[in-house]
Order: sequence, then structure tokens, then C-alpha cells
Amino acid sequence: MSAKRRPPGEVLLKVENISLSFGGVRALSDISFEIRRHEVFSIIGPNGAGKSSMLNCINGFYHPQGGSITYKGRTRRQMRPHEVASQGIARTFQNIALFRGMSTLDNIMTGRSLKMRAGLLAQAIRFGPALKEELEHREFCERIIDFLEIESIRKVPVGRLPYGLQKRVELGRALAAEPELLLLDEPMAGMNLEEKRDMCRFILDVNDEFGTTICMIEHDMGVVMDISDRVVVLDYGRKIGEGQPEEVRSNQAVIDAYLGVQH
Amino acid sequence: MAEAATQEHAQPGTPQHALAGGGEIPPGQVAGDTFPKLLAEHVRLRGDRTAIREKAFGIWQSWTWRQVQAEVTEMAAGLAVFGLQRGDKLAIVGDNRPQLYWTFAAVQSLGGIAVPVYQDAIASEMAFVLDHADARFAVVENQEQVDKLLAIMDRLPKLERIFYSDPRGLRHYEQPFLLSLERLKEEGRAFLANHPGHVETEAAAGRGSDIAVFCYTSGTTGNPKGVMLSHDNLIRSARLSAAFDGLSDKDEILAYLPMAWVGDHYFSYGQAFVTGFVVNCPESSDTVMTDLKELGPTYFFAPPRIFETILTQVMIRMEDAGWIKRRLFNYFLNVARRAGLAILEGRPVPPADRLLYWLGELLIYGPLKNTLGFSRIRVAYTAGEAIGPDIFDFFRSLGVNLKQLYGQTESTVYICLQTNDDVKADTVGPPAPGVEIRITEAGEVIYRSPGVFVGYYKNDEATRSTKTEDGWVHTGDAGIFTKDGHLKIIDRAKDVGRLNGGSLFAPKYIENKLKFFPYISEAVAFGHGRDFVACFINIDLNAVGNWAERRNLAYASYTDLAGKPEVYELIRGNIEQVNADLAADPALAGSQVRRFLILHKELDADDGELTRTRKVRRGTIAERYAKLIDALYDGSRSVEIEARVSFEDGRTGLIRADLRIEDAKVFETMRKAG
Repeated sequence: MSAKRRPPGEVLLKVENISLSFGGVRALSDISFEIRRHEVFSIIGPNGAGKSSMLNCINGFYHPQGGSITYKGRTRRQMRPHEVASQGIARTFQNIALFRGMSTLDNIMTGRSLKMRAGLLAQAIRFGPALKEELEHREFCERIIDFLEIESIRKVPVGRLPYGLQKRVELGRALAAEPELLLLDEPMAGMNLEEKRDMCRFILDVNDEFGTTICMIEHDMGVVMDISDRVVVLDYGRKIGEGQPEEVRSNQAVIDAYLGVQH
Repeated sequence: MAEAATQEHAQPGTPQHALAGGGEIPPGQVAGDTFPKLLAEHVRLRGDRTAIREKAFGIWQSWTWRQVQAEVTEMAAGLAVFGLQRGDKLAIVGDNRPQLYWTFAAVQSLGGIAVPVYQDAIASEMAFVLDHADARFAVVENQEQVDKLLAIMDRLPKLERIFYSDPRGLRHYEQPFLLSLERLKEEGRAFLANHPGHVETEAAAGRGSDIAVFCYTSGTTGNPKGVMLSHDNLIRSARLSAAFDGLSDKDEILAYLPMAWVGDHYFSYGQAFVTGFVVNCPESSDTVMTDLKELGPTYFFAPPRIFETILTQVMIRMEDAGWIKRRLFNYFLNVARRAGLAILEGRPVPPADRLLYWLGELLIYGPLKNTLGFSRIRVAYTAGEAIGPDIFDFFRSLGVNLKQLYGQTESTVYICLQTNDDVKADTVGPPAPGVEIRITEAGEVIYRSPGVFVGYYKNDEATRSTKTEDGWVHTGDAGIFTKDGHLKIIDRAKDVGRLNGGSLFAPKYIENKLKFFPYISEAVAFGHGRDFVACFINIDLNAVGNWAERRNLAYASYTDLAGKPEVYELIRGNIEQVNADLAADPALAGSQVRRFLILHKELDADDGELTRTRKVRRGTIAERYAKLIDALYDGSRSVEIEARVSFEDGRTGLIRADLRIEDAKVFETMRKAG
């Protein structure tokens, strides 16, 4: 059943003329696009196109040499990752970055750390307000666990889980921060068909239930075309196409970039 | 029944109508001849005690009887608003959830009939049941079930409304007939504001003889049949069995088996409403084992396959344990094997063993049971198929009071129950209180009991062929009574044949006995219309391979291993043990296995020899291996075989082999099993 989705709202994130180089290598040149509220937005492109660099610029890990990023009306040149996180942007990573020795629940709880107000000592001895706060955070995490249907692995150390489930836990941790913009770096990489289908459903559900805006990098074209509202295509650090999935699919520059050009 | 009904109208919800439905109310059970009346009694007696729990968001959430009644009343009122009439059917689809259990009581409050449907049924099966049951309404758990129903809506003209419990993902569904349970209760609250007492009045008009549920039988052949069970069927059987095992409101049960299965309905609804014990719903179907451990129920049911899985897991994990733990475990397991059963059944045990067993309980059995969630079990049952005696005795020797019962949907489960002090692995116990059992000329088990179903819905022909005028029901199972009055189910009646000498031949019974040995993975017995019983054996490659390695017996392949004289010797030992067992039973002594051969290849579903659920296809095997069967009976010592096998990649090939045929020793009738 395809459900009717929320209509896209105002511009949430605006990327203008971003350029990024590492020494002599130009990773990104002059990239501009906009992501609207409640949208599922995908960045695609062949290997080395600059997709992950773009994501790293958005969440403040890289500092572009040129251009600006406007998030919720505030333009910035440089911002550190934790500042970005407290502004409501959360992300997952291409090569899962969880605490392998910790349980699913504890990993998701770490996603709440920016929301915790109690001091370290109070948290350690679970005293007074810290206890109440922890219970509230625990409840929030339990709702995420319920949402992602991972009750059965709540107490299992993440390192022992299969890859597909680890990806889901990582999504859970990102959701724990209650993001307005969720950056997903190849959420389906290395998954089998069934795991991909589950992940698609969760991404759409997150987008639908919480109204979270999604910006995702993904290689599986079937997935991208199915669930994205809009797509931007990068190749060699340049933007070569943008638009709705059907437009992008029939864009000659995009076809050339993916299939190679015949001479 | 009728004499009691008049009284109920006068005084609903009071103990005066206690005797409704006949018979006395056993101590500790509440009065009432319908489920809504039982519910009202619980509110009166223990309104603030927990009735049901569900694990949600990592915490066991509970509802008291009073809260349950409030929910049920609102739902019932809501259903009244949407026009549910006395006798209307409402389908219930989903995992075990409190809201769905309450739906039964809500429907029954208005005199409606609940039709639980298997939640994992595919859409077409679901369409058959909902259509056949004439369901006007459906209450389902979540989006998954809603989607399934929407896909078959056009085939269900009688279905008017669907209510769902979990709204997740359904916000944008715009079908006008689709509503949330919250909305239903809202309508109910509004209705109750204007019609207080409506639901109580309707509930009071219900009688024990009213139909409470349709339970659809799975139907291995043909379409499922809707078994109509009345309140009397459920409540009377539940009363008798709860009294039999002394169940009370202090007991706890985990409700994890499909709600559409009569067993779950009987345990988690019938017995719970009669005694007031607490029903616990797991967080999800994947968390059952964790929830079981947290909860530690006192009353537990599981099919044999679950006990088998638990035992295998324990053994595998012990293999990985350190050697001290492993030594301790094995030592005390031997102690349990020696003394555990006797201690559980209150028989005399040498003081030294008693002391060791006590120590074992402290060091091994106690912690193990705790890990499995079995620490508090007072009564546990298994049923459905034959359970391996090793598995059965393992749990019993640890002090888990595991017993067997025998029942079917048509009997509201209740036919045979094993008593605490007389439990055997290969019988299902004596007839339960209030049940009469007979064995027909043809060897079929027939019974008469308070649980005997009213009839099959819209299928009088099937009802007539199953249930006689005077209430005897044909089970379709072949059985015999042992000397001490226990019923032993041996096979499906239609599969049972006769040897030429006239004695009974129950192939599955013999095959199961053989398959309980770890070395035998499959067995096919022949004997109908023959002079004696002979069989094909498939060895278990892992188990026999391991056994061979320990004896430095080299082998190249399955075929090679299967042909080894040593392996024949091993299997012969197993068969002779089975023969000794069979000899102990006069009715079965004639079907001891006299000759056998070990097949050169494993029977395989890909070759059409087994079904996908690994049941033997006798027809195919008899045809394909006719030459082997002839050889079993013509006295030859060996037979040459050529067989086609299909490989996984689709190629086919030929296997040639010379199969040995050997004899097994048979025992004198009536001699006690050695």
C-alpha cells in the first residue's frame, strides 16, 4: 500500500556554490542544491564523485573552501560537527560506527547524550533529577526500539549482530537525537534484498511518522528511484543533474556518467 | 443448560447462577456460564488484581480485571454502535495482544461470535475463512494485517468494517470502513453516556449454550472446517482441567502460541477466565525466549518441537563451556537421569542419590531452569505429536513437571491428561475427568465429553460423519489402551493397516520410535497385507559419521557409510530395542521389525520422496523402490539398486549399489522391555 506522503515544505537546507579541495584534488566544485522539509533527497553518482565529501561538508566534518551552507535560515561557513548535531542534524556512516562491545540499547542511548542535562557525577550515581532524566531518555529509546522492531536484540552486544541489524541499530542511534535532517551514508550497502526492503520501509516510516527530512547517499538505483522525492547527481565533484527520479533517469549526462560515453 | 439459563436472567454476575452449565464450581474458580459473566465475577472478587500483562517498551505493562472490564465494555458498546447483532461474527487477526483477547469478551458481551484467524495465513486462506464464517467485522493487530485484508476485500462482500489496534503506518489510509480501535472505543464511550448499562444487559442475556467462537481446523486435505464451540464447551472443559491441575489465580502463563489455535484459546482465555490466572503477552514473536526467562511462568504449554530446540541449544552451549562446567553438567545430568524421575514422582530413592540430586539442584538444575524460565513451573504440557522419550525425560528429571495431553479442536482440547504421579513418554494418559473414550472395531479412538463441539459451521455433512447422534466424536486417530488404562495414540486411523496374521500395523508409530534414535534420520515401515513388518532406514550422516570417526572407521560417502557392516550392526541394535518395546504391548507385539535395509541415499523432498514438511510419501516410495520392498519379503540377502538422483543444480545422475538386507531379533509377546 503506498501511502500519501506529507507535502514538502520550505527549504530546510541550502547548499550554495560549495567547493572543496584536498591539496590539489578538487573533491567538489561549485555544488548547489536545496533540500526541502519532509523530503527524501538522494545524492547519487559513480565512485569518487564526491558524495560522501558532500555529506561531510553538511555535517561540519569538512570545511569547504568556497560557498555557503544555509540550514534553517542560518548561513554558515564553518561549524563543528557537535554544533551541527545540536542543531538537529544526525547521520549514519558508510562503514558502521557503533560501539561494538555495548548493547543495542546502550548504543541508542548514546544518541541521546546531547540531550542530557544532568552532570556526569549525578548521572553516575543516578541521583535525583538525573534518575528521572535517564528514565525519560530510556523511554524515548524504547520507542525507537519498538519502531525499528529490534526488541529481541535490545541487550545483545552490537558486535554479535549480523550486518543488516547493525545498520538498523545505527539508524536507531541517529533517530535518538530527534533529528530534523537525517543524513544516511549508503544505508543499504552490503544488504540482501530482504534487508534492503526492510530498510526502505523504515526510512519511509521515519520520514512519514516523524516528518524527518532525509538526505541519503545510495548506490542501489532501484531503491533511490523508488523512495526519493528528488535526486541530485554528482560526477567528478560536479553536479550533472538534479530533479525528480524520472527526470534524472532520462537525463543524458547522467546516463553517460553511469554507462560511460561511447566514442 | 436450559434450567440454569432462566436463573441467569434474574441475577447476572452473582454467584447464584454458579451452577449454570451444570456441575459444581471447583474451589477457587469463579461462577458464570459465559465469558462476560466470568469477567464480571472477577471484577467483583479481585478487581484490582492483575489480569493480563504485555511487555511493551521494555516493561511488563499490566491491566487489572477492572481495567479489562472497562476496555471490554467500551469496545462492546462501540461494536453495538456499528451494528453488531447477536449471532454476528467478528474475525480476530494478530499476534497475542491484550486488546485482541479483550475483543473476544467484547464480542461475546453482545452475543456475537469471535472467529480467530491465523495471523500468518496467506491472503487466500484468510479470504476463505472470513468468507465462510460470514464475518461482518474484523479486528486486526496492525498494518500488515490491514494490508492483507484490503487485498482481499473484493472477495469479502459481507465484511463491513475493519478495526486495527496499532495505528502505525496507517495514518494515510483513507478507506471509510477502516477505523482504529481507539475510535471504536470513543464511539463506545459516547454511546455509553446515553445508554449506561446496555452492555451489562446484553451480557446478562447470554447463555452457556450460545456459540462463543469458531475455531478453524487447519485442514491438511480440503478446506478448513469451522468448529463451533459454545461457552459451555469452553468453560466446562476449562473448569475440569483447571481443577485437575489445581490451577488458581496465583498462576502465570505466557500466551505465545497462535490465537487462532484452539489450544491458546483454551489456555489463555478459557482457563484464565475460569481461574483468574495472569496471562502474559510477549513483546514480539522474536522475544518469546527472553520473555519466558524474565517471567518464569508457573503453567506452560509448548509443542514437542520447542522442547527439542531448547534441549539442543542447552547441549550445544554446554559443548562450548569450559571443562569444569562440562564435567559438572554431565555428572549431575547422570544423577538426574538416575534419580530425577523418581524424586519428581515421589517414589523411593537411595539417600545418597537424594543428597546428590539436592546438590545438583543447587549447582546445575536450578541455574539451568532459571536460564530457561522454567524455575517456577508447576505444570507443563506438551501435545500435538510424539515427543522423544529422551527429551521428555530430560525435562522431567530436572524437576520440570512436564506432562502430555491429548485433544483436538472438536473436543475443546480436553480428552486425556496425564496425572502428576503417573506420566509416561509414550502415552497421553488416562481419559480426563468427565470424558468417555472407546476404541472402535477399526481401532479408531472415539470420545464423548463436555467439550464436544456443537458442529461444523455450514457443513452438516461433515458434522454428521464426525459426531454421532448420541455425542460420540470420531478422532480419526488410531489408538490402544495400555494395561494401566492409558491411551496410546499410534497413528492416523486411515494409515493403520493389518498384517496377514491379523495384528495391527501402525507405520508411523514404529517409524517414530525408530527416529527417536539419533542415528536414524528417517524410517519407512511396510507391513499392511504382508506377513511381517520390514523397514527402510536412512542413517543420520552427522551422527553416524561422528560415531564412525570415533571408531576409526573410514568412509567415502553416504552410500559407503550406509553399507558398512558395522553400521548395520549399530542400526540393528536400535531396531531390536524398538522390538523389545513393541513386545511389551500385546496389541503391537505382532508388528516387530523382522527385516531391514539401510537405503543408499537419503530420502529427499527434491526427489519427491518426502513432502516439503518432511513427511514420508508412502505412495512414491512404494512405487520407486518396489524392487527393494520385494527383496525385503522374498528372503534375499542383498539386492542391486540403480537410482536416479537430482542434484541441486538441476542435473540428474545414477547411483548403483548393492544393498544388504538383514534380520532383526524379535521378542516374545508380553515380555517386559529390556
